[in-house]
Amino acid sequence: MQTEPSLPRSRAVVLSTAVLLGLWLILAAFPFFWTVWGSFKVQADFFSRESFWNAITGPATIRQTGGSLTGAGYAGAWIERGFGHAVVNTAIVTLCVTTISLVFGTLGGYALSRSSRRYTFWILIAALVFRAMPHITLVSGYLLPFFELNIWGYLPTAIIVLVAINQPFTIWMLHSFFESIPKDLDESAMVDGCSRFQAFRLAIMPVMWPGVITTGLFSFLLAYNDFAVTAMLLNQDNQTMIPKINSFMGTIQTEGTIMYAVAAVVSATVPLFILVMFFQRQIVSGLTAGAVKG
Amino acid sequence: MRHRDFFVFVFPSALLMLLFIALPIGSVLVQSLFVEHDRVLEVVKSCTPFGCTEETRVNVAATAALKSEAPLGKFNGLGTYLNRAHLATAELAEIFADNDGLGDIVSRIYNLPFYKALSFTLVYTFTVTPLAIFFGFLVALGVNTLPRLFKGPVIFLSLLPYVVTPLIGSLILYWMINTDGIIGTALQYLSGNPDLSLKASPVLTWLMLIIYGSWHMAPFCFVVFYAGLQTLPQDTLESAMIDGASRFERVRYVVVPHLKPLATFVGLILLMDNFRVFEPIVGFSSSAHATSLSYSIFSDLNGQVDQLFGSAAATSVLTTIGVIILLMPVLVRTWRDFNRKAR
Repeated sequence: MQTEPSLPRSRAVVLSTAVLLGLWLILAAFPFFWTVWGSFKVQADFFSRESFWNAITGPATIRQTGGSLTGAGYAGAWIERGFGHAVVNTAIVTLCVTTISLVFGTLGGYALSRSSRRYTFWILIAALVFRAMPHITLVSGYLLPFFELNIWGYLPTAIIVLVAINQPFTIWMLHSFFESIPKDLDESAMVDGCSRFQAFRLAIMPVMWPGVITTGLFSFLLAYNDFAVTAMLLNQDNQTMIPKINSFMGTIQTEGTIMYAVAAVVSATVPLFILVMFFQRQIVSGLTAGAVKG
Repeated sequence: MRHRDFFVFVFPSALLMLLFIALPIGSVLVQSLFVEHDRVLEVVKSCTPFGCTEETRVNVAATAALKSEAPLGKFNGLGTYLNRAHLATAELAEIFADNDGLGDIVSRIYNLPFYKALSFTLVYTFTVTPLAIFFGFLVALGVNTLPRLFKGPVIFLSLLPYVVTPLIGSLILYWMINTDGIIGTALQYLSGNPDLSLKASPVLTWLMLIIYGSWHMAPFCFVVFYAGLQTLPQDTLESAMIDGASRFERVRYVVVPHLKPLATFVGLILLMDNFRVFEPIVGFSSSAHATSLSYSIFSDLNGQVDQLFGSAAATSVLTTIGVIILLMPVLVRTWRDFNRKAR
């Protein structure tokens, strides 16, 4: 980080910048805080026909539950609808996807960064094209074979598919992180008698942790945020959070349980909030990692 | 690196990509040439005391047997590609042969499902990409002038729309935009129209999705541009000031050219991500007015009665062709760069 340039600024510029940023921050963050607050109200308040002020003060919530805040939505989602089960599934899927992606990705990314042959180029280009493929087009290719092989619906299937879909992105990102580590490091380790794998494990990996953590975060986000794959490849019992929330949406009209969905949405957002709070620096460096290379 | 080492290292990752990305593309190609079996019909004679009638009904057992024998369905060649739900060649020919002017042609083509999805996908891709880049750039310029103390929290809040799950983000906005939600009521109040509903009109639905897309993608552009601003050449900036350049001129002639390579990168990523727009259409349940290619594959696969594998596969193939066309400029450029380097 370098020092601020001490350029003179007119008051008008400062003011308009402040207004613009203020507007942006409201746009960016207000919906989340509004929904978190509203999730502790009843439907008649959060979706009030009279005034949005009801969602803040909550007259109907007081009338129906006695308090101005209620956990009824959460109770409904977690206890009545078994959202906890979906949370466990998501935890299993994201943990496995992140770990396997990183193991395979570091190996592949390292090799791609240390070789400058023609096939290296083609693998990277293929990965770029694969990264651009809409996930749902791949899913339409999986379904029929998976039905035939009888592996449709299970968590391991979804995990391995998500790892594969993640790979192009993972190896591109890790490849650019590995390129920033001087080749002398592993070459000197090999001169000292290490094999290629030992040089990778003992000389390179210890300095790669920042890159691995950043890439891991993005693998986590991809698995956590996925809807196309998990919605189509998992059966009812194995559903993860995001498809589960979508299936809540289907029953809202008939049962008037929209607050369950609101509570579930907030429950699924909280881990992301915490993640961004603690790993903001890594996320920023990850988003720019590809860009720096141009 | 020796060939053997290279292949051992790359093997797991390459195998996965081959099995679960390259092979499915092949599988989609094959599936798109087949179509679901017709139901096996049989004529049953049912006799009652009042006489005998012949009725035709579906032989469920025979249909199931046929399905398990050849799960792909029956061969259809390019039939699925050309039918009404996809390229609709016959319908197009008819529209062009007999129409009442350009407006009629456009509206009738728009009513064909594939072209409807394609037109929204393209409009979404090519409006959200520049809008997100523009707003991301403005926010980056703004944040760059902030005192250090505020930068952390501002970046934290700005990242939220990008990091939060697309389906969740669109649901959150959808609930606010609902006629009972806070933005929905505010808009009704501002426009003086108590029946205003963003969901009811196609134009407003498109607008809503485009605004959502820009909101979701702007933080990504912001972060990349913000990182780019940290490497801005200060001396060029200062000499521009000495030469009397206004703030706008400095941005126009120093900052923008400096960020141009980053903008190409960001633009590429945005084009790829926006082209597969899918979750917002589910979240905003907007499929009546705006559907995308990804969504039409999803709804074919999610069919209530039968999963239309052939139809989904044909749309997938057409989408893949779209992706390749979209990436073509980049691929050609990378190929040229590589050849120049190799020489």
